[in-house]
Amino acid sequence: MTQTAPPSPAPNAPAPTARRAGRSRFGGILRLRELPVAFALIVLVVVTYAANPLFLSPQGTKDLLLNSTIMIILAVGQAIVIITRNVDLSVGSILGLVAFGTGSLFATFPGIPIPVVFLIGLAFGMLLGAINGLLVTIAKVPALVITLGTLYIYRGLSNAWAGGTQYFADDRPEAFGNLSVDTFLGFPVITLLALAVVVIVAVVMAGTRGGRDLYAIGSDPDAAKLFGIPVGRRVFTAFAVNGLLAGLAGVLYASRFNSVGATTGNGLELDVVAAAVVGGVAIFGGSGSVVGAALGAVLLTTITSALAAMRVDKFWQQAIVGVLILAAIIIDRVASLRTARRLRISEARDV
Amino acid sequence: MELFRNRAGGRRARRIATFAAVTATVALIATGCAAGDSGSDGGSGADGSQTITFIPKQLNNPYTDVVLGGGEEGADAAGFASSEVVGPLDASASSQVSFINAETQAGTNVIVIAANDPDAVCSALEEARSGGAKIVAFDSDTNPDCRDVFISQVVAKDVALIQTKLIAEQIGGSGQIAILSATANATNQNEWIKYMEEDLAANYPDIELVAKVYGDDDDTKSFQEAQGLMQAYPDLKGIISPTTVGIAATARYLSTSEYKGKVALTGLGLPNEMRPFVKDGTVTEFALWDPAQLGYVAAFAGKALADGDITGAEGDTFEAGDLGEREVGADGIVIVGPPTVFDADNIDDYDF
Repeated sequence: MTQTAPPSPAPNAPAPTARRAGRSRFGGILRLRELPVAFALIVLVVVTYAANPLFLSPQGTKDLLLNSTIMIILAVGQAIVIITRNVDLSVGSILGLVAFGTGSLFATFPGIPIPVVFLIGLAFGMLLGAINGLLVTIAKVPALVITLGTLYIYRGLSNAWAGGTQYFADDRPEAFGNLSVDTFLGFPVITLLALAVVVIVAVVMAGTRGGRDLYAIGSDPDAAKLFGIPVGRRVFTAFAVNGLLAGLAGVLYASRFNSVGATTGNGLELDVVAAAVVGGVAIFGGSGSVVGAALGAVLLTTITSALAAMRVDKFWQQAIVGVLILAAIIIDRVASLRTARRLRISEARDV
Repeated sequence: MELFRNRAGGRRARRIATFAAVTATVALIATGCAAGDSGSDGGSGADGSQTITFIPKQLNNPYTDVVLGGGEEGADAAGFASSEVVGPLDASASSQVSFINAETQAGTNVIVIAANDPDAVCSALEEARSGGAKIVAFDSDTNPDCRDVFISQVVAKDVALIQTKLIAEQIGGSGQIAILSATANATNQNEWIKYMEEDLAANYPDIELVAKVYGDDDDTKSFQEAQGLMQAYPDLKGIISPTTVGIAATARYLSTSEYKGKVALTGLGLPNEMRPFVKDGTVTEFALWDPAQLGYVAAFAGKALADGDITGAEGDTFEAGDLGEREVGADGIVIVGPPTVFDADNIDDYDF
């Protein structure tokens, strides 16, 4: 997690001017977005460890990593969408549908190979995400409204489909459940999977044309269109990839938790958006990184565990998350004001 | 996100809003009148046309489904013309009120409710009663002033005592234990916990209750609360989870962690959900009543109330179908039966 300076086209700044402003100073501002989260995370872990050494016992560390895994994957997907100045509120419902679908697959076809289940889960998630993408790009209604609608539609579907049926860990093969128990070099297998997702998406976002286009779209959709970026296609892809990742999270949920049913994943969407925002992904698009979002996810899930380990009343947890969101927004605001001032100064010098 | 894109549409939006408000008002008046009519019809009660509605804490909850299955069977057997199940998808305090209001307007004769919060539903239930409906609380009581009878699984104290007895046996009579409950304001869990605390203080001086945590009947939250307990109390020897979601989530966590077999777990669970954990040794014994009987008796109590056979006063008796006669006790409480203890030997005899 050391992506300190994503390449240039930078927050709220057109690329050419950014270069003139000088790379090193820009690097500083960019780092500002992820550094506070990483710092807060380290402080949190160290303080909790000092108060209760069991927090970082092998079992404790494993729990911390496992707790974050699903949220990391969801936050990465959400970050892709938010960077394009959209949002997907239906991820909790997508996760629920896919998790229940995973349970049904194992119950209906007892011998089904695990990779096939993963593929079906990913495809199912991507389909649901693609529906969001289509609605957002074709109907040209704000994503907030569209995905609020699909949040309820998908949840309604899972209620109609599942009813009171629940599938338990017992209904699934042991090897599948063991994915979230077994470790490789001390890391739980599914956490490594989540890390791979972060790395792949981070590279695509930072280093490919398509990834950079998403930032351009989020910074200024109209300019992006004039510039010749296929805005509709890129936004659609962002939603489809987010759905795919939510599908992956759904399959992993079924591996990790005991029961999957109609209410699985209920209310998760706000936690996911919060994780992305706390991780420095600007809610109005155009800046932030998936590494930051992943760090935000780790931070938020770790707070819950830390408060429990320090015997703090869990009712405080929500207030703390709120403070973090506000802090993230203030940092974002300060960063963009500083950027604007520097740009003004450097442009004035050039004139 | 384009939150405020349609800035120019202000006037049109306002017109639509006005229209919507007018429509809603008209609709409310219309349904209000209709409800008044059918309510008074229903109250006088032509036999064979009585209706009963079950409002559980939350729909699509496996435990609730078993209770409601028994309820609908009971409603059929007792002779209700129709029985319905409505309810919220989340078990929050205020979520049941709108469903109660809808039943009041529909003129339902008997409302059977498991309250998420004893007081939040009260004013809505009062309104239903003034429209002629009979209120049967089951599973989780409302404030006694707002219902006619309460059908209790078992004597609350028995439920509490069996759990303290089980945990005491499993940890060898001494050490630290914790309770992982449902929501912090769940009526039945809190009552059991109160009795458990009394019982522990009186009869198990060597057992120390170190924490009460709440998993909100949510798999993920209960899971994390269980983890937190293990970290915060390294000497913890046992957990009591008096809720089916909590005990299953905790069992899943323990069975996948190094604490399996070292930390005892008991409480109230569904045999189908707990079977793997009993077989793999995470859990040795847990308890529950037969939830279907709860719904069954509630339906018969509703029928007896609607027919005017009982009023919910102490000493009233009514026939509960196959289960025989039941008596209304103090505070309008009807007891269904004793709790059952499940272990590796008998768990396969139960399917719910």
